[in-house]
Amino acid sequence: MSTQTSAPPTPRASRPSAVNRILSGPVGRNLGLVVALLLIVVVGIATAPDTFANLNNALTILRQASVIGVIAVGMTFVIISSGIDLSVGSVMGLASVAATIAAVQDVVEQSHWLVMVVIALATGLVAGLINGIVVAYGRVAAFMATLAMMVGARGLAEVLAANRTLVISDPGFKRALNVDLLGVDVLIWIFAIVALAGWFILNRTTFGRRTVAIGGNPEAARLSGIRVKRHTMWLYALSGLCAGIAAVMMLGRTTAGTSTHGLLYELDAIAAVVVGGTLLAGGRGTMTGTVFGVLIFATLGNVFVQNNLSSSVQAIAKGVIIVIAVLLQQRFAAKPGR
Amino acid sequence: MRGVTKSFGPVAALRGVDLEVLPGEVHCLLGQNGAGKSTLIKVLAGVHAPDAGETLWRGEPVAIPSPQAAIDLGIATMHQELDVIDGLTIAENIFLGHELERAGVTRRAEQAATTRELLARLGHGSLSPHTEVGSLSAAEKQIVSMARALSHDTRLIIMDEPSAVLDTEEVANLFRVIGELTAQGIAVIYITHRLEEIRRIGDRITVLKDGASTASGLDVATTPTDELIRHMTGRAVTNVFPTRPGVPADASVLLDVDGLSLDGVFHDVSFRVRAGEILGLAGLVGSGRSEILETVYGARRATSGTVSVDGRRLPRGSVAAAVDAGLGLSPEERKSQGLILDEPIYRNVTLSSFAATARGGILDEAAERRVADEQIAALELRPADSSRAAGTLSGGNQQKILLARWLVHGARILLLDEPTRGVDVGARAEIYALIRRLADAGHAIVVVSSEIEEVLGLADTVLVIGDGRLLSSVDSSEIDEHGVLDLVMKGTAA
Repeated sequence: MSTQTSAPPTPRASRPSAVNRILSGPVGRNLGLVVALLLIVVVGIATAPDTFANLNNALTILRQASVIGVIAVGMTFVIISSGIDLSVGSVMGLASVAATIAAVQDVVEQSHWLVMVVIALATGLVAGLINGIVVAYGRVAAFMATLAMMVGARGLAEVLAANRTLVISDPGFKRALNVDLLGVDVLIWIFAIVALAGWFILNRTTFGRRTVAIGGNPEAARLSGIRVKRHTMWLYALSGLCAGIAAVMMLGRTTAGTSTHGLLYELDAIAAVVVGGTLLAGGRGTMTGTVFGVLIFATLGNVFVQNNLSSSVQAIAKGVIIVIAVLLQQRFAAKPGR
Repeated sequence: MRGVTKSFGPVAALRGVDLEVLPGEVHCLLGQNGAGKSTLIKVLAGVHAPDAGETLWRGEPVAIPSPQAAIDLGIATMHQELDVIDGLTIAENIFLGHELERAGVTRRAEQAATTRELLARLGHGSLSPHTEVGSLSAAEKQIVSMARALSHDTRLIIMDEPSAVLDTEEVANLFRVIGELTAQGIAVIYITHRLEEIRRIGDRITVLKDGASTASGLDVATTPTDELIRHMTGRAVTNVFPTRPGVPADASVLLDVDGLSLDGVFHDVSFRVRAGEILGLAGLVGSGRSEILETVYGARRATSGTVSVDGRRLPRGSVAAAVDAGLGLSPEERKSQGLILDEPIYRNVTLSSFAATARGGILDEAAERRVADEQIAALELRPADSSRAAGTLSGGNQQKILLARWLVHGARILLLDEPTRGVDVGARAEIYALIRRLADAGHAIVVVSSEIEEVLGLADTVLVIGDGRLLSSVDSSEIDEHGVLDLVMKGTAA
């Protein structure tokens, strides 16, 4: 039935079941993620009781989640708008190199390590803007435009780095990004702040609302007066900026820039976003889901490491989880009202 | 076939429906949106299982558990959204799922031959079976859909508003084809909003209201229209259109379109709309009506000419600038162009007006709901629950969401493209009254409709469009439906 006009709000009673309805709501989808995460935690506790279940290990998991997490926050916006950004890993590598080449390090020596941060962020932003301009104004499919950037940015990073690892000499930078605040690594704080900001932008600002509108129905968004092209451009810029932030975090963790930073991170980020319940077709998604998606993969990886299992086995498990998650998503996220 | 009888127990969507269809008749199914027409045909097509009631097929009780079961029985359905695949050829579409094959290899020549036969039977013998369906017009796609129905041994074809996408000539061909089908003893269940179509091709009518049949098997020839409307609405509808108070002579010109052209679509169109005036664009499908509206709105970039609001010229091809200047468009395809179907009503309403409901880019959801609720109350939108997904509403109420969007925005010039498409008869009068009320409140309104009667009944001034040119601009009281058609025919012939 396509419509119900004036009937009192009873006809919903004939829907399959109340349980199904709860599970299909936003609460239900995140509930599933909570359950999945708990399951993995239980497996971790059961298989590696001594090494898994302690605060230090929890912080390790969060630290490992943080870099991908920041990228996934930007990716969430792009995917909700029904786009995709394959370039984030490469852009991160490029930003990592751009911020640590000799010329920049010389300037840092005379001024402040913040110059490196600014250059990394600016590199990400500019690369994202280029993506956005090509996608929005050049009308190139997002997959192709960002694929080109993925290849090109990696190549440029290699040229700039000239196959060397660019060790950071400035002690201030290393200190600043390895500091603990309230016992928690600064990288985790950065992830938390970016995720919260992402949640706020998505749910509480006109930018977020317009993103959902564009993903849900781009033509309706355009005819309602939203500047869809300009908005799309900024979405990719945002994703690029997140890649730049991730590069800074990576530099803090490794204290060196290299063109291989962020290799294949785009795939991990996309997987986390999709497992988190964001529709690849756009129009629907949550930041909370994305954070859970990131945590699920990070925790899973940790459980495998604790049990001395190879990364190949881990990759297989990841693949299985992605398929299951997407299958469940289709089951519960049957589109209402169409 | 002795007929199909269906009755249901007390179900929400269908509460006891009886329907009897005889071989070789056109049985019209009439009812407002939400009356249960779609659910009923989905039961017949095997999409939904009924909770109670029975179906008799040629006198035998049958169960139709799946769409395939319906096809096997000889029941074919042509859905409103044409279910053909653009990337395949006509023949491939027709034989989709039951390809003629030998050891897994399709017998293309045979399929093509049968397709040619079917197309010829439907009066479209000139179409090649190897044409890609994506390149066909809506009417031709419908023929393909019908041919597919006939490629099975079909005894009953269900057509869900087949004329909605067709222009007058194509409708005539559709009716001719339906006539030939019924002559071969095939029964047709025909669903439509248009009463005049029922008059032309229907044999008998079943009327649904609120999931129950209020009248079954009425004879088309002897049942007067007001009786049908009474069955549909439970009340008699008289004087559907609101009265025109007349536009005051000193009303200011809000919208001034001068020499607007879009290469290859329309040429040199000029008109003015004053505050409180409803201007109607009449013309056939394909005459350029909708395109004119969209170009005024900036959704298409004009090749020449100007659009001015309050004497200020708008930049070409910028929707955002038009919206800022106070224009609002309710597009032809509400679902695909107007609404975010999965999003709640209030978010659809506030989509264009964050200035009122957000500060510095930060949303205020409480304010959004408040302004949306105000409009819901003012426009009598039902259900009055602003958190419902827009896609769950009926056509008339979806139209009201779009009106609400522009009223919240403070738009003074409303461009309404087919404001009553997919809106049932009872709700139309309400939309008409609403549009008139908005005009009386000082809005300038431009209405495009493929129903000439609607334009004439609603508008103060009528522009007749033919072949992308402005043929005439007349006071709506000085012209009737024949007059408009006359102009269109002459204008395009010249």
